[in-house]
Amino acid sequence: MAGYTEEELAEDLKNQEYKFGFTTEIESDKIPVGLNEDVIRLISAKKNEPEWLLEYRLNAFKIWQDMIEPDWAHVKYEKPNFQEISYFAAPKKQYESWDDVDPEMKATMDKLGISLDEQKKLTGVAVDFVMDSVSVATSFKEKLGELGIIFSSFSEAVQNHPDLVRKHLGTVVPTKDNFYAALNSAVFSDGSFCYIPKGVRCPMELSTYFRINESGTGQFERTLVVADEGSYVSYLEGCTAPQRDENQLHAAVVELIALDDAEIKYSTVQNWFPGDKNGVGGIFNFVTKRGMCHTNSKISWTQVETGSAVTWKYPSCILKGDNSIGEFYSVAVTNNYQQADTGTKMIHLGKNTKSTVISKGISAGQSQNSYRGLIQINKNAHNARNFTQCDSLLMSDRCGAHTFPYIECSNNSAKLEHEATTSKIGEDQIFYCQQRGLSEESAIGLIVNGYVKEVLNKLPMEFAVEAQKLLAISLENSVG
Amino acid sequence: MTLVLSKKMDTFLSELTVPSNEIQSNIIEQLKGMDFPTSRDEYWKYTRVGKISNTKFSNTTAPSNEIDVAAHLVSDNYIVIENGTIRTELSQTNSDFAINYKDATEVNHLVNLDNNNVFTAINSGLFKEAISISISANQAIEKPLQLVFVSTGESNIANNRILVEAGKSSSASVIISNISNKANNCFNNTIIEASVAENAHLTLHKIQNESATNLSVSTEQVRQAKNSTFKINTFTLTGLLVRNNINIAVEGENCETYMNGAIVSAGKQHVDNHTFVDHQVPNCYSNENYKYVMDDQSTGVFNGRVIVQKDAQVINAYQNNGNILLSDNASINSKPELEIYADDVKCSHGSTTGQLDEMALFYLQARGISRENAKKLLVSAFIGEVISATNDDTVIELIQQLLSNEYGWEFA
Amino acid sequence: MSKALLDIKNLHAEIEDEGKAILKGLNLTVNAGEIHAIMGPNGAGKSTLASVVSGKDGYEVTQGTVEMDGQDLLDLDPDERAKEGLFLAFQYPVEIPGVSNINFLRTALNEIKEYRKEDPISAKDFMALVREKSKLVELDSKLASRSVNEGFSGGEKKRNEIFQMAMLDPKVAILDETDSGLDIDALRIVAAGVNKLKNENNAVILITHYQRLLDYIVPDYVHVLADGKIVKTGDKTLALELEEKGYDWLTEEKTV
Repeated sequence: MAGYTEEELAEDLKNQEYKFGFTTEIESDKIPVGLNEDVIRLISAKKNEPEWLLEYRLNAFKIWQDMIEPDWAHVKYEKPNFQEISYFAAPKKQYESWDDVDPEMKATMDKLGISLDEQKKLTGVAVDFVMDSVSVATSFKEKLGELGIIFSSFSEAVQNHPDLVRKHLGTVVPTKDNFYAALNSAVFSDGSFCYIPKGVRCPMELSTYFRINESGTGQFERTLVVADEGSYVSYLEGCTAPQRDENQLHAAVVELIALDDAEIKYSTVQNWFPGDKNGVGGIFNFVTKRGMCHTNSKISWTQVETGSAVTWKYPSCILKGDNSIGEFYSVAVTNNYQQADTGTKMIHLGKNTKSTVISKGISAGQSQNSYRGLIQINKNAHNARNFTQCDSLLMSDRCGAHTFPYIECSNNSAKLEHEATTSKIGEDQIFYCQQRGLSEESAIGLIVNGYVKEVLNKLPMEFAVEAQKLLAISLENSVG
Repeated sequence: MTLVLSKKMDTFLSELTVPSNEIQSNIIEQLKGMDFPTSRDEYWKYTRVGKISNTKFSNTTAPSNEIDVAAHLVSDNYIVIENGTIRTELSQTNSDFAINYKDATEVNHLVNLDNNNVFTAINSGLFKEAISISISANQAIEKPLQLVFVSTGESNIANNRILVEAGKSSSASVIISNISNKANNCFNNTIIEASVAENAHLTLHKIQNESATNLSVSTEQVRQAKNSTFKINTFTLTGLLVRNNINIAVEGENCETYMNGAIVSAGKQHVDNHTFVDHQVPNCYSNENYKYVMDDQSTGVFNGRVIVQKDAQVINAYQNNGNILLSDNASINSKPELEIYADDVKCSHGSTTGQLDEMALFYLQARGISRENAKKLLVSAFIGEVISATNDDTVIELIQQLLSNEYGWEFA
Repeated sequence: MSKALLDIKNLHAEIEDEGKAILKGLNLTVNAGEIHAIMGPNGAGKSTLASVVSGKDGYEVTQGTVEMDGQDLLDLDPDERAKEGLFLAFQYPVEIPGVSNINFLRTALNEIKEYRKEDPISAKDFMALVREKSKLVELDSKLASRSVNEGFSGGEKKRNEIFQMAMLDPKVAILDETDSGLDIDALRIVAAGVNKLKNENNAVILITHYQRLLDYIVPDYVHVLADGKIVKTGDKTLALELEEKGYDWLTEEKTV
């Protein structure tokens, strides 16, 4: 019988191309490779930064030099040589307004499927676009300004709202938090800054697209979102990179602050170049993302991770305020030789705090996909609740799916539930679909989409469609 | 090669007498360069061993004349071991099991032990006589063999080594009881090597009921050949620091592996269970169920690890860990881990933590049962599931009796 | 003369890997407009027949042919067989979490239409069709929007199978023990659905243990499948005889 076998599926998966692997020919201002105090001073000077920020960077650099790269994650890779990376690359031209943006750059965005013009008109999504290290365009600034919402590149925020930045920077992810956070704190080049004033409900999705374009560079962006009391914002983040046979480092830090009664929804579709089918090249995605929840506030992380050669990422919530809520919804797909070690930490400090963790891993090819999560209920976190569901789906007999949950409970009024399952796509399910006339590819596509639906439903509409497409591409030729 | 001597280890070893043979003195030499695990070691993250490493234990204390094991006996086939020394005159054995006592130079080891592990090395370097137990092929032994390890005196260390060899198509069970007679701050360091041959059934029951100041680390290193079944039931009732390591290598196809644990703790007890099932071959089943009931300031640790190796297809592995915290100051750390490198598997784990169900408590109270008794009923029901899973009436009865003595729980 | 919709000749099949022969030279011709019942003792190969004809993995056909409406089936993938018009109502319908019945059926229907070079059905027409067909088996229209078979009772699952049969309008439908475990009301509903779907251009094969089903769906032929072959064929009275006497007399008769 000429069935579509799993071996064939695996073959198809191997042979599929990374669709975002183009480079953009833009004249760029890239500083020489290497990392030392002078480089940090140079970055700071290029950005015309205030003295305190330079001090912050230099202090971080000192701390970083004494740290060692962590190796507890379930991933294997050659550690990057931090002296061979250029820590700053920016498109040479600076733009006054969106209309001045280089057409080639605009074309890049078109290829990414994020035509700003289109989105401006149709979807009402405000977009900040970070290419290599520098934020190149932020749309919708005026409209947001009327509501007092600040949404700009991080560098602009440093110039225009230094007090706000200084007050919050590093309060959620301290410089010495971990190796990559310290590195980022020393060399971060740009990123996004967002402030929602008291009681304001941001009327549109705010969105940032990150792209690594130059070879031999790393990207170290910094995102800071502050939702003041009673405000609401939904923030989207997308990432792509060109196809190169080197490993490029992406070490970002994202800090979210939800003050009393505020809500932040942070969605990521991560599609950094995963390396080719032999595991050559691809992005090392070592990211620290954490949110601080004050009283009655809520932070919800949703991520769809399809890219990167190695992912090391644990978007977390510190539930400091009473009645605060943390959520984490994740789909992580690994294929070929990709490795992902991802999950979340929910630190329950306040009373009546609640957290929900839904993680769906899909492993194909020879990839390794790990869930690592921490649920920590501290002594005074009375009536804390957690529900964790973490499922793994295996699509080949050469991949791995692993689950490493840490559950630490020091309060007896807590109620914690953790469930995990690992299984392969059921042959009986595929056969059932086929018997109804679906091809094997559509059957797998349908089943995979059903499997991740719970998470995709948490994404804003426009993003959900994109995420679904990405999943299809990641598992393509086999999946409809 | 020069060894960097660890000061802590030097102090620890200072009062201990090493049996005079080359094998063990070499191990102790190696050990001098090693250090005790700290919370930076992933598998010791939640357990501090300072109470062990900071004590100068003795292994030459004279035997006691006041040993009474009667209350703990459930078999008429038993061996009594005091502080690591076999007391044949207090033991009573029949010919069901072939039992031999062997020193380090005579032992034929059944498994590979990792002498880079500090506690394993301490045991390997210091045990006096290993108890070697074998069950001949095709022999089905109905009555269990019971090993009663008794701690006595002040700050004594016992390094117990047991070898259990279950022959082809045999079936038997061994009960390991840890008790104390007027013991304070004693340390029991036990290693069981077990090999379960083709089609054999072996069950180990561990009943840990030591003095409230005693310390204990035990390791079961097990190999299973094809079509075999291995069960291990751990009951921890008392002891200040209790660490259990169960490592099972499933080397043959079509095996079944069961691990049950019931942990009841109070005071400042710390109970840490680490289990590891290594599925190396296809078509196997493993099932683990550990339940903790923690009172006062006690702390619990559960780390259940399952690895399904590449090509070990058609594995069903289940892990469950349920925890009830009875007091505000009790805490639990649970870490069920799955590492899967094959695809045709069904693996799952669940972990729940909470207090007793208030609705159920209320319901019982509304029927006239005091809150205290209602709690006992619910706890008994929670943990009773694991106890009855042992399927051995004498063991069930003993555990229930001990729990009733210790905590006043009654089982229906 | 009516045309043969399903034509099975000298079918031999074994379980892959084990090499154990289950079907040992089975012959069966089903013409348009006919209902056939296949009965037989446990382990005779009834469900294997359904699996082999529909192309389930794990079986190897060592001899013989299976043709549907003149088209050789054995070289086709399961979905191609379905697209050619073969429908199998599963004995144990599978649950597919997260995939709604509606989405599932619409995908199936449109793939079948594409295969037949027909235009896809519009959302509006599709929903109208769902409403119409779900009435046929008294299936709550809410069930149609739930995940495929997830949380359905046994009876609901079987009704869902017949509902899907109605939606896909097959040429040949094989009902594999669709009656097993159904209470009498559910059995009546399922049977009524099948009777309504039955016409001059299609055919139904009932695999069953129980004569009871045949009171509601009256077969033109009753076959006894034993030890991998059809050992006896008769009309519906044969079913009554089997109910009364069991199967032993047949297997004995054969050896005599």
